[in-house]
Amino acid sequence: MSQARHPGLKLGHEHDPGSGEVEALVFGFWIFMMSDLLIFGCVFATYVVMLPQVADGPSAAELFHLRGPLIETTLLLASSVTIGFALLETKHRADKRRTTLWLAVTFLLGAGFLFSSTHSLLGHLENGAGPSRSAFLSAYWLLVPLHALHVAIGCLWIAVAAAQVRIRGFDWVTTGGLLRLSIYWHFLDIVWIGILSVVYLGAMI
Amino acid sequence: MDSPDVNFLDPEGYVAQQQRVHFWRIVALMGLVVGPILVLTPLIAYRYRFSGNSTYTPDWHFSWIWEAAIWGGPIVIVTILSYFLWQNTTALDPFEPLPIDGEPVRVQIVGYDWKWLFIYPDHGIATLDELVFPEGRPLNLELTSETVMQSFHIPVLGGQVYAMEGMISKLHLAADRPGVFRGRNTQYNGHGFHRQQFVARALPETAFSAWLDTTSTDARPWSDAVHDRIAERSTLQEMTEGDDTGAAFRDVPGDLFSGIVGPMDRDPDWRSRDRRDASVEAGPADGPVATATGQAADPAR
Amino acid sequence: MSLTDFIDALTGRMTLEALPFWKMVQNPTPENIVNGAIATGVAAILVLAAIAVLALLTYFRLWRTVWFDWLTTVDHKKIGIMYIVLSFVMMLRGVVEANFMRANQAVGFDGGFLSADHFGELFTTHGTIMIFFVAMPFLSGVINYVLPLQIGARDMSFPVTNAIGLALTASGAMLVMASLLFLPFSIGGWTGYPPFTGKEYSPDVGPNYWIWAVTLSGLGTTLTGINVACTVYKKRCPGMDFWKMPMFVWASVTTAILMIFALPPLTVATAMLALDRYLDFHFFTTDAGGIPMLYANLFWLFGHPEVYILVLPAFGVWSEVFATFSGKTLYAYRTLVWATLSIAVISFLVWVHHFFTMGQSAGMNAVFGIATMLVGVPTGVKIYDWLLTMYRGRVRITTPMVYALGFVMLFVIGGASGILLANPTIDYQVHNSVFLVAHFHNMVIPGTLFGMLGAYSFWFPKAFGFMLDDWWGKLGASLWIVGFMLAFFPLYAVGLLGLPRRSVAYSEAAYTPYTVVAMLGALVVLAALGAMFWQLYVSIRNRDALNVYAGDPWDGRTLEWSISSPPPVYNFAVGPEVFARDAFWEEKRAGHAYQIPDQWEDIELPANSWLAPILFFSSFTLTFGLVWHMWWLVILSLLVVVGALVARSFVIDRERTIPADVVREEHLRWLKAVREAPSAPRELEVAPGNWGRPQSEAGVPE
Repeated sequence: MSQARHPGLKLGHEHDPGSGEVEALVFGFWIFMMSDLLIFGCVFATYVVMLPQVADGPSAAELFHLRGPLIETTLLLASSVTIGFALLETKHRADKRRTTLWLAVTFLLGAGFLFSSTHSLLGHLENGAGPSRSAFLSAYWLLVPLHALHVAIGCLWIAVAAAQVRIRGFDWVTTGGLLRLSIYWHFLDIVWIGILSVVYLGAMI
Repeated sequence: MDSPDVNFLDPEGYVAQQQRVHFWRIVALMGLVVGPILVLTPLIAYRYRFSGNSTYTPDWHFSWIWEAAIWGGPIVIVTILSYFLWQNTTALDPFEPLPIDGEPVRVQIVGYDWKWLFIYPDHGIATLDELVFPEGRPLNLELTSETVMQSFHIPVLGGQVYAMEGMISKLHLAADRPGVFRGRNTQYNGHGFHRQQFVARALPETAFSAWLDTTSTDARPWSDAVHDRIAERSTLQEMTEGDDTGAAFRDVPGDLFSGIVGPMDRDPDWRSRDRRDASVEAGPADGPVATATGQAADPAR
Repeated sequence: MSLTDFIDALTGRMTLEALPFWKMVQNPTPENIVNGAIATGVAAILVLAAIAVLALLTYFRLWRTVWFDWLTTVDHKKIGIMYIVLSFVMMLRGVVEANFMRANQAVGFDGGFLSADHFGELFTTHGTIMIFFVAMPFLSGVINYVLPLQIGARDMSFPVTNAIGLALTASGAMLVMASLLFLPFSIGGWTGYPPFTGKEYSPDVGPNYWIWAVTLSGLGTTLTGINVACTVYKKRCPGMDFWKMPMFVWASVTTAILMIFALPPLTVATAMLALDRYLDFHFFTTDAGGIPMLYANLFWLFGHPEVYILVLPAFGVWSEVFATFSGKTLYAYRTLVWATLSIAVISFLVWVHHFFTMGQSAGMNAVFGIATMLVGVPTGVKIYDWLLTMYRGRVRITTPMVYALGFVMLFVIGGASGILLANPTIDYQVHNSVFLVAHFHNMVIPGTLFGMLGAYSFWFPKAFGFMLDDWWGKLGASLWIVGFMLAFFPLYAVGLLGLPRRSVAYSEAAYTPYTVVAMLGALVVLAALGAMFWQLYVSIRNRDALNVYAGDPWDGRTLEWSISSPPPVYNFAVGPEVFARDAFWEEKRAGHAYQIPDQWEDIELPANSWLAPILFFSSFTLTFGLVWHMWWLVILSLLVVVGALVARSFVIDRERTIPADVVREEHLRWLKAVREAPSAPRELEVAPGNWGRPQSEAGVPE
């Protein structure tokens, strides 16, 4: 059908039989991301509905501080830049070493995000603000850890993708994989911005 | 005992009568739609059967006239139906008082597994699985549940509404004449579900007054122990077996219902924090009116 | 760690009480004996059937075939067939359960023979199975089989994902089956409303089974939806623009979009319920601020579009069936497309009608009631379109047409009862009554199930190369229609008389005549299923006489009929190009059908993959471990799942090549068979002697 190519990434030569495959894979992955976004949408809606349901537990305003989330935001936004560099290296140089290096940096930033996020969650738990305390905290403990779980899966994916680039080099399977990985990673950024705005900044108002 | 009345197409009260009229109206209108299709389908299949010699136009596939008819027909019918639906739904909102004369009787209803508690806040009495009320006067009901979601229904008088923990639903009914009617929970809630039935007894005014007097003096006094026993998962029959708790109570505290709606035992500070205080519900019991999303009801109520 | 601790950790929450006969042995009251005997008997049948299957596979040395040709396959045709086999197996259980429930209610005046909890498990498994493991796999199977053929593709966009979708669905079905051996299943109904299914009111493991079975099915369905949508967007053959897609393809892609949008709320709802039950969260509890009503909203945000996920593929099937057996092009194709799309949109705007009685304002109820009735407009238009397709056609009454005519007449009755229920004031009366039960069975049996059984009769010859016996097929279809009417029309009546749904017993003697007739109806449905299995047996026995290798037994209109039956693994020897909506019909008319291609090319197909079977087993053990709190099994299974996914990403050799010579040889052999096949007149369509090459109506002048 359409001869349109996904822009922004070198997918081998003009007549590479893989390019059509990548086209479909990326398209399908976008649909998958949309369905995942709907899951987050339902969870966000739940969080908003549950905001007043604090029972005898702390409210959002009492609980949240901006320091941790801002560190996490910085780490995650930086990781989006570094994964962008990884893809630029793939596109322009097809340099295995540089690509994996940037992937490694992204991985570390993601791991830093997870560390910070886990740290603040454990802090809440120690303060008696666990998910069992109130419906509001249940919703918080669904939304934020669900995102963190996505980041953890993303980190695993980065590791696998880096290994594949090392082993296989750049063929349509690995480059297509990198393309989807970057879509996924940017998607996590967007969701995180939602969390930052709705959960943390929302609590400040 | 004869089986109490249970069929809303043979109504005993204002709401159910309206529902019956509306039911037959829609059945008639839908008959106009369904009837032709039931006739036409076999007719067309036979008329244009393979072995017949009817006209055959294998490429005919569109006609503006037919198109207008098959879109227009359903649109007209649905428009008519929508008009009736709007009118009927707003007129018979179960949360609104009925347009009939007489001083309303207030009853507060609590759903349990698997029994109903009827509290008469103006008389300090309560009954289990028996709703006694005077004929002809409006019956204003407030409902909640001290367990899972339940649905309160007396078919010959009117529709059902859900009773939900921590929330108040409302239902307005009336009976035209004295009688004994079947009521029940229709929302499945475990193995005693099918026995969660009660009797709604419409009495003449004098008999109702007499019943109020007798119950206020003769029934057992209400106590926390009685409340705990009612809250156990059992049917009324199981509850009263080998026990003389009885099914009617006097000296019922006036704030029993509001206490059940707002769980003060679990959460002393609920007024300032809980959603249950979020709405501005004018009425004897504070607590939000149940809504579909769990948010406080709109203030227009 | 002592031995007891070790065994506790090993078995989680499972004890001997999980065995179906344990209660009967420990406490042999008459009620326990009756219920225990039924449960034990069913469990024994299941175990014996499993042993018999394993023994037969071993005896006939079929394990290699099973592994290489079926379990690891990524061929959309075989995946479609496996979906439908799964659906029939589960349907057998669902119909038997229905018979138990109907029999119990027939004697339900002041108490039936089943215990209340047993009855609760029956209506919960029946609903869950029929929706998630009969209807959904059946339509996924039909779409899988037919759609790539109709759009001239060699496979779906993501063949391995396709196999994984099947694997997840099948492991969900297996989990429901496991609940027969290790009791109990949930008694909370197929909708699983909390707080009743929360741990405070249902502390047993029953709801866990329901949660994980539904979650697996939901994930599998989401993957299927993504795959179907992407396939339709990306894999259509040259010339097939959107307005040339067969109506079934439109129905499928609309269904796929509904799947993508509707399943996430279900996944979220079941996940939240699971968190409430496992980790003491408070989403839907009655304390700590939980909001049970939120569940109702999320569930029906899924649940109502789900109804159209079920019925739209059937609508697609009817469009093909009416056009084919009227020998006439579909009336108002574009209207049908718009009607299909508008049904999909409206389906997201009506979910509140499932709980008019929950207390929202009259205005809100009225708006949702009217939105609900609006669905009647495009649906009504579709019905008229099919009638107008028959109008001035030459209608042949075959088995699919018996289903189709039965569908039209019964479905409008169901639609009328739906209009009644859309009126909040009527709903206040019949909500939660068996009137509602009659209504939704009236939609999903004539709507979805007849559609799928019609599809089965219609495309079976394509899939297996021989016709299904028509006499037994018509008998089965007639029994389905009669059985349905006997089983559910009385429920309308007794629902108006006030019988609540899910009642194991009732106290009005007046209900008994109705429930007895309904039980007879359920027996007739069981007989219908029997007729269908007998039809299959008879047809397999006579498969040589019923052979339609030439591929076009019905004088078909679309691309799937232009290839051999069964189709070759690569579907099309040479990628087709289409110039008309009824592509094959127009080719036949122009005399261009069955031409020898100019050139042959190697065909690349996706290679088999072990990923799906591994995920099938590990997702079953994962969820079984979750149900019973066997944490070691959960962790082990999770490791397998993750390990398999990572390992798969390193598999390099994902394609296999069919050489041009092989393609050429197979194709020429088929063309030779086509030329040699006597071409059958339509009068002999369903008789032996239809070799799959029609005297086409396409040549008949107007």
